[in-house]
Amino acid sequence: MSEVLLDFNNVTMQFGGVTALNEVSLQIKQGEILGLIGPNGAGKTTCFNVMTGVYAPTLGTVSFEGKNLAKLKRFEITKVGIARTFQNIRLFSEMTALENVMVGADARKKASVGGAILRTSRQRHEEKESRERSMELLQFMGISDRAETAARNLPYGYQRRLEIARALATEPKLLCLDEPAAGFNPAEKEELNELILKIREQGYTVLLIEHDMNVVMKVSDRVAVLDFGQKIADGLPADVRNNPAVIAAYLGVEDNAS
Amino acid sequence: MSLVLNFWLRVTSLFSGFGEQFRAMNKWQRYSAYGLGVVALYLLPYWPDVPVLGQIVNTPGSQFETVLNDQVVIFVLIALGLNVVVGIAGLLDLGYVGFYAVGAYVTAILTSAHGNLPWLLALPIAVVISMLFGVILGTPTLRLRGDYLAIVTLGFGEIIRLTAKNMDWLGASRGISNIKKPPSMFGLKFGVLDAKPYFYLGLTMVFIVIFILHRLEYSRVGRAWVAIREDEDAAELMGVNTFKFKLWAFTIGAGIGGLAGVHYAGKVGFINPDNFPLQLSILFLAAVVLGGSGNMYGAILGGILVAYMPERLRNFSDKRILVFGIVLVLMMVFRPEGILPKRVGNEHKKRRAKSQEGEVAS
Repeated sequence: MSEVLLDFNNVTMQFGGVTALNEVSLQIKQGEILGLIGPNGAGKTTCFNVMTGVYAPTLGTVSFEGKNLAKLKRFEITKVGIARTFQNIRLFSEMTALENVMVGADARKKASVGGAILRTSRQRHEEKESRERSMELLQFMGISDRAETAARNLPYGYQRRLEIARALATEPKLLCLDEPAAGFNPAEKEELNELILKIREQGYTVLLIEHDMNVVMKVSDRVAVLDFGQKIADGLPADVRNNPAVIAAYLGVEDNAS
Repeated sequence: MSLVLNFWLRVTSLFSGFGEQFRAMNKWQRYSAYGLGVVALYLLPYWPDVPVLGQIVNTPGSQFETVLNDQVVIFVLIALGLNVVVGIAGLLDLGYVGFYAVGAYVTAILTSAHGNLPWLLALPIAVVISMLFGVILGTPTLRLRGDYLAIVTLGFGEIIRLTAKNMDWLGASRGISNIKKPPSMFGLKFGVLDAKPYFYLGLTMVFIVIFILHRLEYSRVGRAWVAIREDEDAAELMGVNTFKFKLWAFTIGAGIGGLAGVHYAGKVGFINPDNFPLQLSILFLAAVVLGGSGNMYGAILGGILVAYMPERLRNFSDKRILVFGIVLVLMMVFRPEGILPKRVGNEHKKRRAKSQEGEVAS
């Protein structure tokens, strides 16, 4: 594990009087799977939103490969190499599965209105490339049998995986998964674990927000824990699991500990 | 009541069934069907002469080919343009008549009021200027969403009309007359009495617009538009430059609206601000929604119906608008997605194939 890919430097995020993140520093290294956990409302998704440009941090900086993300627009952040999925599925429901993924693949393409009207050779080439790459990704995620189905008609598990495929299509360096296992049964979670490991093998760095301890502990190389907007632990899964502060955050502290 | 409903469902399923049968044909069958369709459309002005069909389609009280051009072609063009904005990109535009007016007024200014250009030269200039107005209106307003955008565009339509009404340079409420007609071409003479040449010209414009929009729809641009309509935030986070593509949708829509205006001005030769009331914007939107928002062919059908039905029903004189209103309300209740709704994916084809297999087996 070598270079720092994403550097979260003393980030504070306030919404009016509410401090969602309080001086959080977090580094994601090239090629690792970092698990980000914490009780409800700890600030995990806010972390994601700051990273992907949905919110600008009140204080502190986020940089990706040494480049400050503050000045970039959301779609530019995608082009820099950060892609995400959503906690509550947000697919383009009136598009087919394949088209959903192609929207992601289009992020790296250039042809616009002129190219499309004239069907220039570049446009045709890009179109073919997008389609093939998207189909590959659907196969990789194991959902290519429903490529031509409207996203809203896909079963839940397919929709979750389609979100990951769409994010991968933008050719990210860092893939952020926001509770990908939500609503899955144990067998599906097992499959997802393997899938995440497979994604890493392909050279992606993964940031994983997850509630399910089994998933996080099994897959992550490193785990960071947020509680009330503060980072309370950061380390190997086994260490974090036994960290008293983490246990306290999850289970609460007894008042009269004896 | 249930009888009516049943009949209605049958009629609408006839439309969609036709589409699927069409898709099932092979390439050559399909091309010849297209060819026949195109020929039939160019022969439309002669349909009233056909024995039985003529009785059905002819418009009492107004000349059929005039209705075809002045109403149907204009509405179809506009429905196509508005469908890009409202149906595909999901931007509610209530001031679309503004672009139509810009197209018509630019033609009038260039060929009559303040210039002496031929109509054919005024056409591209007017379309470009309409597109420019799209950019001017879109740049500040496309940061707004939903209802807010609707209100601002509503204002735009009125601003254009009121400006024309109050500026002497634009003819004020007198309007502008002596607008040049299209030049004679391909043996067609664009005169005052015969509407047929205008119809052929307009229909050709419709085909060109369909061709362009078809290419756009099945490209990166079309996908970006639909993605924006479905979930603008998610689209942006997937790398879609939402502002740029929204502006393109607006601009292209404006250009097509302007084109319709140019055609209109060239035909009637005289325009004034009263030709562009707010009510037209509403009717344009009704055409798109009635036909099937998001589906180009739905929008075309909607344009045809909204333009043609009031003329066909002219015998009912004052009550025709009422009848039309009732039809719209019934549509919203029984088929809110429009007569030809957009179809996504191949599920419906599979379902149909399955039900046919079932029929064969039983």
